[in-house]
Formats: sequence, structure tokens, C-alpha cells
Amino acid sequence: MIGYIFKRILQALPVFFGTTLLIYFMVFAMPGDPIVAMFGDRGVNQAVYEQLRAQYHLDQPFIVQYFIYIGGIFQGDFGTSFSGQPVSEVLAATFPVTIRLALMAVFFEMLVGVGVGLVAGLRKGKLFDNSSLVMSLLLISTPVFVIAFVFQFVFAIQLGWAKPTVSGDAGFTELLLPAIVLSTLAVAYIVRLTRSSVIETSGQDFVRTAYGKGLTRSRVVRVHILRNSLIPVVTYLSIDFGVLLVGATVTEGIFNVPGVGRTLYQAIIRGEGPTVVSFVTVMVLIYVAVNLLTDLLYAVLDPRIRYGK
Amino acid sequence: MRLKKLSLVAVAIAAAVSLSLTGCATGSNGGNDNIVSVNGSEPQNPLITTNTNEVGGGLIVDNIYAGLVYYDADGAPVNEMAESITSTDNTNWTIKIKSGWKFTNGEEVTADSFVNAWKYGALFSNAQLNSYFFDAIEGFSYEKDTELTGLKVVSPTEFTVKLTSAQSDFPLRLGYTSFMPQPQAFFDDPKAFGENPIGNGPYKLAAEGAWKHNVDINLVKNPDYQGGRVAKNGGLKIVFYATLDAAYADLLADNLDVLAGIPDAALKTYKSDLGDRAVDQAAAIFQSITIPGRLAHFSGEEGKLRRAAISEAINRQEIIDVIFNGTRKPARDFTSPVIAGWSDSLEGANVLDYNAEDAKALWAKADAISKWSGKFEIGYNADGGHQGWIDAVANSIKNTLGIDAAGKAYPTFAEFRTDITDKTITAGFRTGWQADYPALANFLAPLYQTGAGANDGQYSSKEFDALIAKGNAATSLEDANKAYQDAQVVLLKDLPAIPMWYGVANGGYSTKVSDVKVGWNSVPVLHNIVKN
Amino acid sequence: MANNTSGGAMDRPANRNEHYVANLADTAMAEIDAVRISEKPTNLYLDAWRDLRKRPMFYIAGVLIIIAAVAALFPGLFTQTAPNDMCLLANSNGAPTDGHPLGFTRQGCDIYSRIVHGTSTSLSVGLIVTVMTMFIGVVFGALAGFYGKWVDALLSRAGDIFFAIPYILAAVVIMSVFSDYRNVWVISMAIGIFAWPSTARVLRGEILRVKQSDYVMASTALGVSRFKILMRHVLPNSIAPVIAVTTISLAAAIVAEATLSFLGVGLPTSTMSWGNDISQAQVDLRTAPQVLIWPSLALSITALAFIMMGEAIRDALDPKARAQR
Repeated sequence: MIGYIFKRILQALPVFFGTTLLIYFMVFAMPGDPIVAMFGDRGVNQAVYEQLRAQYHLDQPFIVQYFIYIGGIFQGDFGTSFSGQPVSEVLAATFPVTIRLALMAVFFEMLVGVGVGLVAGLRKGKLFDNSSLVMSLLLISTPVFVIAFVFQFVFAIQLGWAKPTVSGDAGFTELLLPAIVLSTLAVAYIVRLTRSSVIETSGQDFVRTAYGKGLTRSRVVRVHILRNSLIPVVTYLSIDFGVLLVGATVTEGIFNVPGVGRTLYQAIIRGEGPTVVSFVTVMVLIYVAVNLLTDLLYAVLDPRIRYGK
Repeated sequence: MRLKKLSLVAVAIAAAVSLSLTGCATGSNGGNDNIVSVNGSEPQNPLITTNTNEVGGGLIVDNIYAGLVYYDADGAPVNEMAESITSTDNTNWTIKIKSGWKFTNGEEVTADSFVNAWKYGALFSNAQLNSYFFDAIEGFSYEKDTELTGLKVVSPTEFTVKLTSAQSDFPLRLGYTSFMPQPQAFFDDPKAFGENPIGNGPYKLAAEGAWKHNVDINLVKNPDYQGGRVAKNGGLKIVFYATLDAAYADLLADNLDVLAGIPDAALKTYKSDLGDRAVDQAAAIFQSITIPGRLAHFSGEEGKLRRAAISEAINRQEIIDVIFNGTRKPARDFTSPVIAGWSDSLEGANVLDYNAEDAKALWAKADAISKWSGKFEIGYNADGGHQGWIDAVANSIKNTLGIDAAGKAYPTFAEFRTDITDKTITAGFRTGWQADYPALANFLAPLYQTGAGANDGQYSSKEFDALIAKGNAATSLEDANKAYQDAQVVLLKDLPAIPMWYGVANGGYSTKVSDVKVGWNSVPVLHNIVKN
Repeated sequence: MANNTSGGAMDRPANRNEHYVANLADTAMAEIDAVRISEKPTNLYLDAWRDLRKRPMFYIAGVLIIIAAVAALFPGLFTQTAPNDMCLLANSNGAPTDGHPLGFTRQGCDIYSRIVHGTSTSLSVGLIVTVMTMFIGVVFGALAGFYGKWVDALLSRAGDIFFAIPYILAAVVIMSVFSDYRNVWVISMAIGIFAWPSTARVLRGEILRVKQSDYVMASTALGVSRFKILMRHVLPNSIAPVIAVTTISLAAAIVAEATLSFLGVGLPTSTMSWGNDISQAQVDLRTAPQVLIWPSLALSITALAFIMMGEAIRDALDPKARAQR
């Protein structure tokens, strides 16, 4: 077991290099010159332009830029953003906020998604099942920016239940609304996944055996059905956690959350290579850890699953 | 074994959760209720006066520094630190400053503070984004490090400036961010200074590290400030928003005191949402569409005809009414109505009127020279909310001239500007200008003079250049403006850019503040705002 | 495993030279086979197909999908109005009039016509992305989950790399690099190329579980080849969550196109698509919500059709669910 974990951590190394290289290449391949954009509509001052390019190593070939950056990382230097702030500070300021937001969203997904999915699966074809389908459809086919604007307007502005945007502190209550918005799409997935898994599991022999043994329905559902249906759900939740870490651009923008999604989007748009790559680097490390946790959780959910043999 | 595994997972999850939740502890909000909150955006560069060229940083720098002059709400220059700015020939200027002013670290502001700051900003190897502001001063070079020989300190309260040519609007420029003084601390370590700037303006940073990147910056009133912009509130909290929509939502919830700008989505509703707390004023913003002469069918006489036809094919008023809900004014020239010397009746301004019949006739005339083929496109950056009006303009051209016209979106501003500066853009494109200082020349010379920095269409006209030079050398503002107006008559014939409309400063304020006014440059006059 | 008595090996031409193989008609097998021929073959997929045809859900979904497909291929059958000509600002967000049953967009274009003409784009984006993510995801997920060890390490970590790329960055880069060819294929690539790891991981997780089942053990003990076990037993029994995720993904892909348009990296506005229309209508959400609702409705109905179809297929494929009926 320990050996397996160790191996998995070692595997993070090639992932780290693969991702950073790919990302750096993508930022490099992005058309448009970030230094030109710094001059705004004012026209480029050639002399200043050349010097700024050299300052950010943009005059070097791609692979040289990459190694300058990687070399820096191993010395603990993540580079500097265009506004003069060390990227490590940007990371330290944004990741806790976004992790908090993502955890809250995943919690909602678990609560609502698994709950509704379980009931829908147990009552397949009944009214509850069908209305849960319609509800998830509604959530899926509405883009997140529409949901976000509507929620912000109704709950924060008209009803005044929450603050419409998130302050620098990004406290728990402030993040409630964006977390709910973020969870909507994934809730639809979790409902459908849980439902289909529950239906699948309900037909298994061990469930019939359990009923045959005279166990109560609630015990069968809890111990046998739910537990054996959770693997795809857990997988999806872990995936969604990863998605939320970088992919909450739109929601973080609308609620002005000072998190990863918003900052990363700005960095992408401005072509700030080091900032983009640093974000993704941290993200990869978190993601590798989450994946490992997920795999360990599989073994808990289904004791037959063993690793490292 | 199973229990062990379970607890392992549980511990790991608990660790992850607690790690991310620890940030929660800081919850208090300072509590000073005399602070006015304003929307802003994260500065794109360190807060250095000669390196700040965008609105995010500009809003902060302008409030923590005092220059020789400042612009009042109407755009008129008012002496701030200057005692007098005089010249007999518009080339040699003598500047006298008031004594007794101090930076917020206690250092005296002298003629040296100005001269050294300007020299730093102009020096080639310092690579400052605003260095071009000093290119009229003798000794300036775009190629190598040179001494700005045109600057001479006479006494602690007096210095002289020698320009390379006559510039009648030179004193008007001196309120711009680039011309602020700097304390010695700046020259010692410019990098660290950019994080915690020390100025002499109506406000100062609340504390070391008051700039919380991507979140906000806290400014407090500078008690030692002696100029005409004394703060009537205790301080400013400039909150950085990713989108205007988020800021607007905060304003509606009374969570933000002052908002400059209204998101597109609220243009139809903001006046009913805010009532008399809505702001709607003219501002020195000019928008246009540029069609470079190097594009096929847009050179020479044919190009002139086609540009005029396109200009007359655009129903500006209708687009303004529908897309902007009336919050723009159709352009009548190349400048702005808030600038002294503006005229709505220049010769040839009728080319800016919607006239479908004439547009078709002009287009047919151009077709007689060379038959039109292909698609007319208007480039824009998609990250700036321009899609609505670009599509409307394209449709207007399409419906009037019967040609295929469409918008061409660039995903990022960087890519859009790169294509323009590299002259690789194969379409017309949107151009805009927000004045640095309130003068007609600022709308003309940097944009249409041969070889000028922001001359995106590579326009070149000897007649125009001569008229600009004449205006610059004029000894009275009246004579200067007459020459600048004549220069615009040339532009109306050639249409190097097709004027679209003048921007309007719209915005709103919360129930907690009063005396909110937006200045000529669409920036709210923050020091006058009173907290109720 | 290397036992040559298994059926597959007998077909090999090489064996014919080495062994005498009796003509089928001459052996006792003939009788058994004869019986089988008269019956319908028992094949999982054929069974499913027979079962499917008895389900009303299948027909409802089928009809909806066919309507959408026809609208995509022959928009002219549904509307005569050209979607992009004579968009008059005077009609901006206008109410329905004669010949314009759903009213007008912000730019004054006919909503109904834009929806009909947008079907092709939106449906294609949804299908291309779904097929792409499903194909890559199933191959990677199945191999990684079933074979484990280094295969798992290699494929799963490859998935991690792709997963870690923020899709906004991918979209900006891909849409910029191909800025002159912004079509359905390019945007589908942009959405799909970094989306497949989700499918792969969901399938991998399920396979880890299923491969411990008794029937898999039994097949292994019987000496059935590993690959055959995967294809015949493990995959069909693990596919349910993939179908659940994939059918939703189709709708999600169409919506993702809207989000990319919202961020300014979508299809050009001259291309009709539901996503484009939704993103443009967002500006007037408070004053003219109907402009946003119509394309959303088209999207919802299409999504519903595919989810129902997926549901029907899943039920048909699952012998246990079938038995319950």
C-alpha cells in the first residue's frame, strides 16, 4: 500500500513536466504579443518594446524560455507578474479561496446530487424520477453565466439574502452563492450518475440476497445499494473538484471572487506565461493528489479492489 | 485493514479541508465608515507614474500624486503645485512651483523632484511605457541613453524646459500622470516603490502593503495636502472588479459607493434602477472605425469614395438608441464635445450623416473605378464587450450597400493590437481614443500625423501635418484651435478613421454618498464625494 | 490459456493443414448447430436491439432526434426566412409578427430562422464532441482500468496532463491559431480534446470494481482471453455510468459553445448556433428574456431526446434491468 502510494507520487514527476511543457507551448503559441498589448491603443514605442521583451525573456526561443522558467521553479522562483508581484504571492492569495469554493461546491453536489439521484434510482420511472430529469435538464441546458446572473440578481439584489460579490476575505457565507451556482451543472451529472448506478446495483444478486436475508429496506439501501453505487459518483466528484480549481472562470468573474479562475483567465488573456504555467503547475500537483485519494477511496468502497500487486 | 484505510483517507481529506479553511479567520472590515468605495481594476503595471498608461493604475496614481496642474471636472487645467508656467515662444518654458509641499514621507517637493522624475521616465534604458510624453523635450532619444538637456533646475522652486519645437498645448499636458514628481525613495529602488508608492496628492496609501493584488487598494486622506483637491472624505477603497457587471451588482446592493461605467446588460435599466443616483455625462472618449489604405479597394480615390459610402451607410443614431440605449452621441468631428474648441459644424461633416441613397451612389462611383469583390469585415477584440455594436454596424452597412459585411472577432486584445501594429490585419477595425489631456491636439496629432505612434491606419497627409504644426506654433489657444479645426476638415475628406460616436461617462452611486460628479475624462471626481 | 481447443483457433487456416477437421455436417455438432440456426442468435447487442424496439421512450427520442437531424440537414424545409439578411435594428428584441413566429433578436434578426439554421452547428458540435470524448475516453479508461499496472500508470497520467490544461486556455489558443477557420470542427476540437479524461476516469473507476466480479473470475478460470473478457463481460457491465455521463455531455458541449462565445472565443457571430444566440441574448436578460429562452428551449429538447435515447439504450443493454420489467 505504502509502496503503491510512493509509486503514484513518483508518477507525478512526468506529469509535471508534460503539463508544464504543454502549457508553456500553448501560451507561446498564442497569437498576439503581450508587450504590444501593454501599450494599449497608444501605439508601440519600439525602444521600450524591445527592452520589455528581453526583460520577460520573450525574445528567446520557446525551449529556452521554458528552461529558464523551470530552472526558476526549482530555486523557488515562480517568476513575476506584469504588475510586479511575485507569482508565488499570487498563488498563495488565490488558491486557498478557490479550494474553499470548490470544496463547498463539491459538498453541495454530494448532498443534492447523491440524495436526489438515489431517490430517483429507487423510484425509477415514477414522478420524482421524471421531475428530477426535467430539473437536471434545465440546469444542464442553461449556461452557467445565465444561472449566475439570475441567482445574483434574485438572491443577492432583490431578496438581499447574500452579498452579490465576494470581498477580499472570501469568507464562508460570501462564497455560498457562487458555490451553489458552480455546483449546478455537476449536480445534474451526479444525479444522473447516481441514479443509473443505483438502478444497476439494485438488480444485482447481492441486493436480492440481502432482501432475502430479511434486512430492512433502509439498511439494504444504505449498506448495499448506495455503497456499491458510489464509485462512479466519487470519480466524478473528484474530476469536478479538479475542473472547479481552474475552470470557474465565468462564475468567479461574475461574483468577483479573487480566486484562481479569474486570475488565471486574466493571465491567459494578457499572455503572462509564467503566471499561467505556475497556476497550472500547482493545479497538477493538487490534481495528482486528489486522484490518488480517489483511488484509495475506491478500495474503501469496494474492499475487493486492491492496488500494488 | 479496512478501518486503517478509511482513517487514512479521512485524515487526508480533513487535512486538505482545514488547510483551505484557515484563510477564513480574517473577517473584519476595518470599520472606518468615512471611506468611499469605488470600482477599479487591478493595475497592469507597478504603480510608477511614468509607467502607468491604463485606467486601473491611472485612477490610483492620479489620486496619490499632485502634479504641476490638475484638470477640473470640466477639463480646464488648474495650477496645483505650479505657481506659474510661462513662455513667450511656446518652445522655452519657465515653471515656478510652490514651496512648502511635502511627500507623505516628509521629504520636500522641489524642482529636482520633477526634473529627476521626468529624466527617469524619458531615459531609454528605463523602458517606461510613457516615455513618449517627453519626446518633445530637447535631448530626448528613442535609440540610446541621452541626457534630457532641455531640463534645467534654476532654484528649488524653479526649472526651465526647452522643447525641440513650438508646442502651444504643452502646459495642458502637465496634468497627465507622466509629469508627476517623485521622492528620492523612488530612485533608490523603483521596483519596491511601485508596490508602495509615496506621493504628494490628496490621498496616500493607508499602510505598507495597502495594495492587495486582484482585490483592492486602500487610500486615506493626506492631511498635508495643500492643493485644490482636498479630500472631503476620509479615504478611498478602490475595489478591483473583473467585470462591470459584478461592480454594478454591488452598487445595486449598496455594497459599492461609486461606479464609473455601466455594463451593457444594465444600459436599459440603470436609470430606473438608480433613479437620481444615475450619472450620465459627456466625456472625452472618441470611437471610430479605421480602414487602412493598404487594403484592396481602399486606396486612392476609390478608397475615399468607399470610406465615405460606408460612413454614410451607418445609421449611428439608431445603433446608439438600440445598442447603447441612447448613451452615446453621434460623432460630428474627430475630437470630443467636452474639449474647448470642439465644433459640430465643420466643413464636410455631412459625411457623418446617415444617407442611404448617397451611400449607394458613392459606392457605385467607386465600383466604376474598380469593381468591389469579397467581404467587408470589422475587426475587434472580443474580450472588451464590442460585439453588439460591431455587429449592428456591419448589419447597417450590409443592409444599405447590399454587400457582405460582418464583424471579425479577435479572442484577445493582445492579438488584436499585434495584428494592427504588424500591419497584418486584412480588415477594417475598431479604434478608440480616450484623451490624456483636454486638448484638441491630443485627439489629432498622435493618431493621424505621419508616422505618429497611434496612427493605426498609417495615414499620411502633408496638408494635415502642416495644419497641426501651425496649430502647435500658434500663440493663442484660439488661433491654435482654428488650425486644428482646419486640420479636421482634411480628415473629413480622407476619413483615415470613420468617426462613430462620442463616449459618455455613465455610472451611479449608492445611497451612502452624495456630491458625485464624473469628470471630463469619465473618471469620477473622488475627492469631492461626501459620505452621508 | 494456450489451449487450442477454443473455437477461435480452429478457424485459422494454418490449423487446417495440420489437423483433420471433419465437415460440420458429418459431426454430432450439426444437430446442435441446426437448432441454433432456427433460433435467433443470442447476442448481447442483438438482444438489446430487439428490446429497444419495444420501448416507447426509444420512439419518442428517435422522432425528436430525426426532426433535429432534418432541420440540421435541410433547414429550408422549416423556414424560408434567411437568418442573417435584413436584420433591422428597428425590430430589436421585437415581438412575434406575421412570418416571424418567435420574434426578433437584439440585432433584429428572426429568432425562429436563426434557431432552425443553428441546429446544424449546435447538433454537430454536440455530436462531434460526444463521439470524440467517448471514443478516446472509453479506449483509455477501459485499458487503464482493466490492465492496471504500467498501462494504467501511462494512460491515467496522460489523462492527467490533458485534464490539467484549463479549457479556456485551450479554447483561446485553438480558436486563435485557427482564427481564419473557425468552424464546427475547430470549436469541437477545442471543447473535446481536453474533456475526454473525465470519461476515461469514470470508466476506469467502474472497471476496477467490475473486474473483481465473480463472472470475470469465472471467465478467467475458464481460460477466456483477457481481451475477450474485457470486451464481452467487463465493458458491457461498466458502461452504464459512461452512458449517463455521455448523454449529458452532449448537452453540455452545446452549452460550452455558448460559454466560449460569452468569453469571446466562440464561433463568429455570422455563424448561426444556439450557443451564439444564447450568449448574445444574455445582455438583455432582464429586459427581453424571451430572446434567450427560445434557443435554450431548442437546446433542452435536443438534450432531452439524447438523454432519453441513452436511457433506453442503457436499459436495453442491461440484462438485469430487462429482467425486472
